[in-house]
Amino acid sequence: MKKETARTLRAFAIELAIYAVLIVAYFFLVLHFLGAWLYRLESQHRYIYASVAILLMIGQAVLLQNVTTLLLRFIRGRAR
Amino acid sequence: MFFPISGADISPIYLVVVGFVIGIMGGFFGVGGSFIAGPALRLVGLNWNFAVGTDLAHIVGKSVVAVRQHRAFGNVDLKLGLLMAIGTIAGAEVGAQLIQIFKRAGNVNLVVSVVSIVVYLSISAFMLWESRKTLILQKSRLPQGKVKGVKSKEDDSAFGPVTRAIQRLKIWPMVSLPASGIKEISLWLILLVAFVGGFFSGFLGGGAGYIRMPSMVYVLGIPTHLAVGTDLFEIIISASYGTFSHAVKGNVDILIALVMHTGAAIGAQIGAICTQYFAGPKIRLAFVPLPLIGAAIVIYTLFTGHKL
Repeated sequence: MKKETARTLRAFAIELAIYAVLIVAYFFLVLHFLGAWLYRLESQHRYIYASVAILLMIGQAVLLQNVTTLLLRFIRGRAR
Repeated sequence: MFFPISGADISPIYLVVVGFVIGIMGGFFGVGGSFIAGPALRLVGLNWNFAVGTDLAHIVGKSVVAVRQHRAFGNVDLKLGLLMAIGTIAGAEVGAQLIQIFKRAGNVNLVVSVVSIVVYLSISAFMLWESRKTLILQKSRLPQGKVKGVKSKEDDSAFGPVTRAIQRLKIWPMVSLPASGIKEISLWLILLVAFVGGFFSGFLGGGAGYIRMPSMVYVLGIPTHLAVGTDLFEIIISASYGTFSHAVKGNVDILIALVMHTGAAIGAQIGAICTQYFAGPKIRLAFVPLPLIGAAIVIYTLFTGHKL
């Protein structure tokens, strides 16, 4: 039981570390380039900005969940 | 990191950590976490109108993650969620309009602060009383607190007799909610609970799960696990609408929301998995300190004016 818990915690720690690296890359690549465009959209086309905001949020949610699920599967697969 | 839409300068690490913490809470308690996220954003200098709108946007993403997890556990009543969305959207619009009135009057920060303190303290006090009483009832094995629920997820509540009396109200049209184990309940009650939740969602920000989740358990009689999952499903619809409404009014900085969500995405999954290990009254008792933390942050910001 203790061995199983330790394995789960280790897998989770590895997942967090990989996830953190991906997120830092995401900040610099995506948000940096999107920032100026979203700012213009917010000041000039509010309705389009509102729709894009929701789509971005849902898109990111689905993407990140799939990334974490894949990471978890990959790490657990390797741990066995 | 500078966020040009709101003109705020906030550390992305702070946003990710806040997102992660409220992600866990969201997945576990079925709440948007706005009682933490709103004050936490205010604490770093964001105006309340931006804190409210941005928090709503981040909640959309977090709820998508948590609902997908909860659906896998069978914790989502889609019919109830869709019905509630109607009342919530109406309430959210009324709340958002009220925010605009106070914004024009120039006292939005003070009014929202005072109302949020009162609401957070009231919820904590009531849930502390109810969950403690339920746990004592369970220990002494008294059968009168039982709330009807689906067999695998039956729930106890000291508020059970009141809940059953509410369920017996015959105000046409009546609807059945088999997934939640409810044979018949007035549609108006569902819409009323949703409207009140929606109003606070539009006015104080977030999905207002801190009001809707307890209301679903105590007023509608939904078992806690199903209330958590269904509330999150309903939050996706209502928070999307609230985000759109606030974005059009210039109250959403989507960049801040996207950064916060990177932490929330992983936290929400952990929280949803944790619900499988706790009984309903224990989940509700654990919920009690959360609105108190939100109230403490608002009181601190209100009286000191200090921003990190």
